[in-house]
Amino acid sequence: MKDAEFDFALAIGGAAGQGVATPGNILARMFVRRGLHIHAYNAYQSIIRGGHILLTIRVADVELPCHGDKIDLLMCLNQDTLDRHLQILGPGGRAIYNSDKLEPSEPPEGVTLVPIPVGELTDNNPNKLMQNTAFIGVTTALMGIDFEVLAKAMTEVFKRKGQDVVDLNAGTAKAAFDYTHANFQIFPDPVPSGDEPLAVWSGNDALAMGGAAAGVKFYAAYPMSPATGVLHWMAKNARDLDIMVRQIEDEIGVANIVIGAAHAGARAMCATSGGGFALMTEAIGSAAMMEIPVVYINVMRAGPSTGVPTKTEQGDLWQMLGASQGDFQRFIVAPKNALDAFNTIPELFNLCDAAQCPGIVLSDLLISEGTFSVPAKEINMQPEINRGELITEPRLSNDNGLADPGTREGGGYKRYKDTENGVSPRAILGLEGYVHVVSTDEHDEDGVLISDEFTNPHKRQMMVEKRARKFEGIVDRIAPPELEGPADADVTLLGWGSTWGVIHEACEQLSNAGIIANHLPVKWIVPLHGDEIEEILGRSKRVIIVENNQSGQFARYLRSETGFKANGHIRKYDGEPFMPHHIVAGVQEQLANETEIYVPRHEIMV
Amino acid sequence: MSETKIAEPTTETTSKDFKGKVDPDWCPGCGDFSVLKSLQVVVSSLGLRPHEVVTISGIGCSSNLPGYFNAYGMHTLHGRSLAVATGVKMANHEMTVLVTGGDGDGYGIGGNHFTHISRRNVDLTYLVMNNQIYGLTTGQISPTSEIGMKTKSTPFGNVEKPLNPITQAIMNGATFVARGYSGDQKHLQMLMKEAIQHHGFSLIDIFSPCVTFNHDNDYAFFRPRVRKLEDEGHNPEDWKSACEKALMWGDEIYIGKFLHVQRPTLDDQEPVLEEGGPIAHRPVAITNEQSETIIKRMM
Repeated sequence: MKDAEFDFALAIGGAAGQGVATPGNILARMFVRRGLHIHAYNAYQSIIRGGHILLTIRVADVELPCHGDKIDLLMCLNQDTLDRHLQILGPGGRAIYNSDKLEPSEPPEGVTLVPIPVGELTDNNPNKLMQNTAFIGVTTALMGIDFEVLAKAMTEVFKRKGQDVVDLNAGTAKAAFDYTHANFQIFPDPVPSGDEPLAVWSGNDALAMGGAAAGVKFYAAYPMSPATGVLHWMAKNARDLDIMVRQIEDEIGVANIVIGAAHAGARAMCATSGGGFALMTEAIGSAAMMEIPVVYINVMRAGPSTGVPTKTEQGDLWQMLGASQGDFQRFIVAPKNALDAFNTIPELFNLCDAAQCPGIVLSDLLISEGTFSVPAKEINMQPEINRGELITEPRLSNDNGLADPGTREGGGYKRYKDTENGVSPRAILGLEGYVHVVSTDEHDEDGVLISDEFTNPHKRQMMVEKRARKFEGIVDRIAPPELEGPADADVTLLGWGSTWGVIHEACEQLSNAGIIANHLPVKWIVPLHGDEIEEILGRSKRVIIVENNQSGQFARYLRSETGFKANGHIRKYDGEPFMPHHIVAGVQEQLANETEIYVPRHEIMV
Repeated sequence: MSETKIAEPTTETTSKDFKGKVDPDWCPGCGDFSVLKSLQVVVSSLGLRPHEVVTISGIGCSSNLPGYFNAYGMHTLHGRSLAVATGVKMANHEMTVLVTGGDGDGYGIGGNHFTHISRRNVDLTYLVMNNQIYGLTTGQISPTSEIGMKTKSTPFGNVEKPLNPITQAIMNGATFVARGYSGDQKHLQMLMKEAIQHHGFSLIDIFSPCVTFNHDNDYAFFRPRVRKLEDEGHNPEDWKSACEKALMWGDEIYIGKFLHVQRPTLDDQEPVLEEGGPIAHRPVAITNEQSETIIKRMM
């Protein structure tokens, strides 16, 4: 990534129900239309009205790995926002608020207050949302954007509400825009224009689209934050993509219904969060036992139990590793960002089809509910699809074109044939010539149960080994983790999944502070490239593992798989994601040998 | 509304064609033998061939049925057969889907799915071999065990009121609801045939005595008590009368077809199934046009 010439963060704070989303959408739309990149994080709570929301939109002329460290412009929709966040603004920062109603405290040095007489500018319109419209006009002016750009975005957003609404909002925004130019200095660096307009998606959109691209034809879900966005995307786009979308009574039903659809021959997927995933686990083991490929997505939130539904965490790793009883094969993958999540789903489906087993995607609130720009040309909706050894054509067993009905119809087909690589050709349901039974009980090659009356230890051993062979060498089909940054570094930061972006930026900041840091991001959890990771870390002077949980779940996993013990750890488990400076501070403190485990304290109270 | 389509047979099948690879391991005298036999007779009489049928079960004695039945089969988790079967039916609605299981599997651990499949009216047939006991775990109360019943888990007698699967299914929106008795195969076969042909969710709760663990509700209990609704002139479109008769339990217990009504099924109402055949058979990759539509929405 090249260095940014323009890098600006705007935060909009208010209560749920005050309309934080609309100014966010309009401004984001203006930015991506001019080819600027955005990375937005919404800190919110599990409440429909009230509480406190802080939407941070970072905008830059380069791709952004995370939502960054700072807020340049704070739009306060209520007193609470002003009270909570005015004091964290840095020099050059500004705070917009309604001077008719709100009373700021003394701002920090270098911070400019932007009081706006909302009543005067809106002709005392009683509609409280007009304040937001005025603030959009103020923001547009402060950022040095022409009013026409805003007028166009507003027309798009409000046109379905009628021309009157468009005119009213545009008029109010213009009054506020003019007032701002007349009374305040605009930011010294006006918003530039980038190249082509960019597309916008959330991580949940990306996961859903990855499924669509992979050829998912059946999607089921039970609503659960922060995974519900996948369901919403699927439901909205289903008819255009031939995808059947069903909301099911609980996650147990979800996990099983996708197995039914997958066994029938469709690519099937579902998404949930940790609690729902807990209900799904028995079914995941059954998919492994019946050798049916299905993709399960877990969008992690802060646990345990109901936990903090609207906050992020990487606390479900061991739940994934231990999901379902018994010893079985499954993939576990933790993509690093939305685009990676999108590309991972088709790759995972191909692997699951090849090995005829379940696959688990670990996302989290940070990826899934974040809003990101993405160049449209990077979205490949037609990736390579490989369904493995799948039988989809009937087999007629005699010369006149008719299969023998009855017992012989299977024609000796063995669904679980003991093959060299453990993969047994899989016939989809309903094909003539391949009648068979699949079972969650242990079974023989032809599907007959060996669990009850016909228990046979040799056959049991054979079947366990057959399934295990499917994973021999499978790690070689997956790209190993690669060290990012200089090979010779003072410290290696190891992260997994969604921490990629924030560690990436922390490494740049460390470099500016005179500490050479490199970064080993791990994406594939199972199978794990243990040898490669050990080799890379063996060359490191000092290894610090960064993760969004309290007990160091990945550190413990890595140690259990490789014996590798890190020098230090940076962990965060307050529900909010890491910001780059948290990691910088952790590294600095650890290099000074002050602590083995550094836990940052989140500064933004949301 | 049409009946569920069953293709004209190209080859005659007999009940023997549906005999599985292994013989049942049920206890001698178990009611489930009659259910299996009846199902084999009915399915072959409908001209179905093994590859056109899938039997899906959960866990329990009766849930072993797919292993004894020559057709596609899925022996799923305890209580989850209806969920898996919904996925199968929606992904390939051309298949004849039969779900088989017991009272514990379907009304106990799987009770939530039983509720919701009824209201969804998924076009499949659910055969519950109701023996009012947990057999495979060697005899504990089930959701249909009678008050006072002594089992290993209720040595001093059951205090919990049994649920009524018939009224429950009716209230939840099932469109074909019947009760059979494994001691009357001819009647049972009549019900099975209609249930499979019915376009919608069909439940047949079948008294299928456990001769090993339930000595209260054995053949001697049912034989003098069962009355056929067909002999009473019951109107299967009258849900109120159906519920009244289903709740009767004592010297007279009704078997037969309680409810038979028509309502759109889940697959009838699924827009993706309007054309193009089963989704399981459709091309996996999306088209250029679909890709463009989706990306345009993001701009």
